[in-house]
Amino acid sequence: MHRAKIKVTEDALDANTTIAHANRADFDRASVRVVNLMSAPGAGKTTLLEAALPEIRARVGVLEGDVQGSLDADRIAALHVPVTQLNTDNGFGGDCHLDANMVRAALPDIPLDEIDLLVVENVGNLVCPAEFRIGEDAKAMVCSVTEGEDKPLKYPLMFRICELVVVNKIDLLEHLDFDLDKFLHNVEAVNPDAERMLLSARTGEGVGAFRDWLAGVAERESSVAVADPDLS
Amino acid sequence: MHELSLSSAIVETALRHAEGQSVRSVQMRVGRLRQVVPDSLAFYFEVVSRDTGCDGAKLELELIDALLRCAACAEEWDPAPRPAEDEGDLLPPPRFRCPSCGAGGAEVARGEEFEIESIVVEEDAPAAQGAAS
Repeated sequence: MHRAKIKVTEDALDANTTIAHANRADFDRASVRVVNLMSAPGAGKTTLLEAALPEIRARVGVLEGDVQGSLDADRIAALHVPVTQLNTDNGFGGDCHLDANMVRAALPDIPLDEIDLLVVENVGNLVCPAEFRIGEDAKAMVCSVTEGEDKPLKYPLMFRICELVVVNKIDLLEHLDFDLDKFLHNVEAVNPDAERMLLSARTGEGVGAFRDWLAGVAERESSVAVADPDLS
Repeated sequence: MHELSLSSAIVETALRHAEGQSVRSVQMRVGRLRQVVPDSLAFYFEVVSRDTGCDGAKLELELIDALLRCAACAEEWDPAPRPAEDEGDLLPPPRFRCPSCGAGGAEVARGEEFEIESIVVEEDAPAAQGAAS
């Protein structure tokens, strides 16, 4: 029996990152900017998009990632926004996140010529989506006030990688013990550079700022050279 | 679930480097900021590696303590030090704010590793008859 040690020294997620770069190159060729929108289940990503996408000053498409079904995609399609559904069910019960390969497989179904911005609504989960790049220009997350002010400290990776933290359901604040100042303090401790927005997708309060942020991403230069120096 | 997808990535990377030889063990460096549960990773690794060249391989993890560096004052600290033996298993919340000057936004000097350092492969006996694959 002959055993040999092979030196590898490679990040186990490098394969995913390579595919993410390929996705980004394809998006760049089509002049489409991509937002990876993440949250825990039920934080209100779809409701927020329903509130923000009408009247947005950009041509937007949505890629819906779900374990099963097209419930969210149907809601977005009702807005006459081009939407592509991606199910992650893979025989293991369904992946809890989107990875670069899944997005790559969905690319032919996305009308890249008709849009300037693709919003990828990731699978609801504060852990796994943080690990997998998909070829996005910007990462944003939604955290609702019903989730508790400790979440930035419990899921620091997610809060650290996002440039925008949306605090949703602020219309419920008066009914909750949620300490907004403490929550923002915790966000700041983990990621002081994160932009923060307080809003209610249900009442529409503050949604305009999120709509403007999305439109702003659509107008960005490709962030390949700037944000991802390891790409070159 | 997190560990399931990470395990798949480990198996794929190991198989690529093994070039068809069977993998007996995988040596990894995993930073504590990756929120990986070692037992869970080992469990899923065993499941995902079944019927692949990694079947039965041992996953050996070296856990790397996190080290943050303050961008403002260069203080270095571990945001989530392990509790001492007699303090039980409960962890205090991680400290991402500089304990010296109070600034947020520390750089991560260590603790985000998720790296396969090496693999040990077994070269198949060239003319073995009826050997299990």
